[in-house]
Amino acid sequence: MSDEAFTSARLPGASAIHFRPVTVERRRIRVGLILVSLAFLGLFLVLPVVAVFVEALRGGLPAFTEAIFEPDAAAAIRLTLLVAAISVPCNLVFGVAAAWAIAKFDFKGKSLLNTLIDLPFSVSPVIAGLIYILMFGSQSLLGPWLKSEGIQVIFAVPGIVLATIFVTFPFVARELIPLMEEQGRGDEEAALSLGASGFQVFFRVTLPNVKWALLYGVLLCNARAMGEFGAVSVVSGHIRGLTNTMPLHVEILYNEYNFAAAFAVASLLALLALFTLVVKSVLEWRYAEEIAATRRH
Amino acid sequence: MVRPFVSLARRLRPAVAAAAMGFAMIATPVLADVQLLNVSYDPTRELYKAYNAAFAKHWKAETGETVTIQQSHGGSGKQARSVIDGLDADVVTLALEADIDAIVKASGKIPADWRGRLPHNSSPYTSTIVFLVRKGNPKEIKDWGDLIRDGVEVITPNPKTSGGARWNYLAAWAYANKAFGNDPAKTKEFVATLFKHVPVLDTGARGSTTTFAQRGIGDVLLAWENEAFLALEELGPDKFDIVVPPLSILAEPPVALVDANVDAKGTRKQAQAYLDYLYSAEGQKIAAANFYRPSKPELVDPAALERFPNIDLVTIDDPQFGGWAKAQPEHFGDGGIFDQIYKPN
Repeated sequence: MSDEAFTSARLPGASAIHFRPVTVERRRIRVGLILVSLAFLGLFLVLPVVAVFVEALRGGLPAFTEAIFEPDAAAAIRLTLLVAAISVPCNLVFGVAAAWAIAKFDFKGKSLLNTLIDLPFSVSPVIAGLIYILMFGSQSLLGPWLKSEGIQVIFAVPGIVLATIFVTFPFVARELIPLMEEQGRGDEEAALSLGASGFQVFFRVTLPNVKWALLYGVLLCNARAMGEFGAVSVVSGHIRGLTNTMPLHVEILYNEYNFAAAFAVASLLALLALFTLVVKSVLEWRYAEEIAATRRH
Repeated sequence: MVRPFVSLARRLRPAVAAAAMGFAMIATPVLADVQLLNVSYDPTRELYKAYNAAFAKHWKAETGETVTIQQSHGGSGKQARSVIDGLDADVVTLALEADIDAIVKASGKIPADWRGRLPHNSSPYTSTIVFLVRKGNPKEIKDWGDLIRDGVEVITPNPKTSGGARWNYLAAWAYANKAFGNDPAKTKEFVATLFKHVPVLDTGARGSTTTFAQRGIGDVLLAWENEAFLALEELGPDKFDIVVPPLSILAEPPVALVDANVDAKGTRKQAQAYLDYLYSAEGQKIAAANFYRPSKPELVDPAALERFPNIDLVTIDDPQFGGWAKAQPEHFGDGGIFDQIYKPN
């Protein structure tokens, strides 16, 4: 729409007076703002991502695939998938349970629980890793017992999974709580009054109402689980081909002057993140109406 | 209400199948008769990559047993901490004697007399500190004294966090001590002036190399001899030159068996052989090929030793330092000499 269409009108007995709806900024300002945000996005988001892919493919496609299928890199990819495959379902269950309890019930300590869910967001990931070293390391109280039972927690897969669960804990719950609170308890109360059991209410009323939010939560949780560096770095022990996840492997390759391989693995990690975003956008686009309906609910 | 959710689950079925296949991939076990874990510091990656392959071949030929060596690399102090906290290392190959002593003290997993159990103070290879400069050496840096000339920027990591940086500092100290005829005040002043020429203190040796080589900061990098050669090889001999000063320090990175771990895992025999083989002709040859000075140069082809110029090397046990037990707290402890002389710009 051109500015002229609504900014100028001719009043009888007056020279041209320009009007402009108060909710619309001047064209210059609008264009300026759009350019600034585009430039910002381009500089800080698009350019680095493009740079990662350009660097990754600098050596050509064969070098790229070789870097990905190299045994240590393949092991890192497998470990990352394994860690995500364990920690995401765990947090799906924890997150739904916590959100369900907070949004639908009143109990003592509810606000405390609400605050605790945010703890992993506010605690540095390094601390998250150190907590597990203090709990399960050989110098800890549990250490000697774990050693005698032959159970290796830190510097092995269980420690990496624990640290990942810790840092990704809030994602599902945080996505669900506001929506569930907004929806209130009306539907559930109606279902109960019609004779539904608790499980029926949960699976047939509550869950369908929040499924989109749940899906977003899981996607975000998954993206973070695959990308986590700090907490995992502390508990990993950095054993090549055994306890290095993809982000850790990227760092190792970079430090070995193996820049092409480092960027190849990094680009794979970026692809996983982009894939998550695409899935999210496609779902939003495909089910736009349905999503709007549950929100309005 | 229920239907869309069910149909969503149906739609997700391929994804679930893919995840299950992923699991099957993960579950494929790696078969090996014996596994050893070598916990090492940062700059030895290339060395042990080559050595592990050679040892596995040697051990197979000798005993018929397949041995796989896993590697973990990181800052030397951090790696020692991990072993104390339970990282299941069979052997440790670290940068500093003090780091292995830390494992002895904090966990008792290594006996206190470890240093005498292998030849040459348990150091199968040594290294020293040299200068890496820009190609053609435009600032004409030849000796430690040139580092404090006007306009010269020096790159070195932080001695508080990096083992390599402590050697850098001590090498500068040894030079000044000789140049000023054992005058501690003047020596201290020289080292203080040197650190005024340092624009960035990275936390580790590799970080400093990247700062100097990739980011192009500084005129001279103080580096392990092996790191300098590696940077030259990996990043282009057309960009840098190595300058070996007439005097430097002898760094002896030690190796040790972690007794408590090998006895628990039943790998003592293989782990001991792994360390012993470092002193064999082949082990020494691999060390030299990876730019470490072999402890037994007589076992190595003289041509491979040409790259290591003979220079005046001061050891940490020299009276001016009095060994690590004395030098560590005196120079690098809280309130020590480094804390007194270094003020961030």
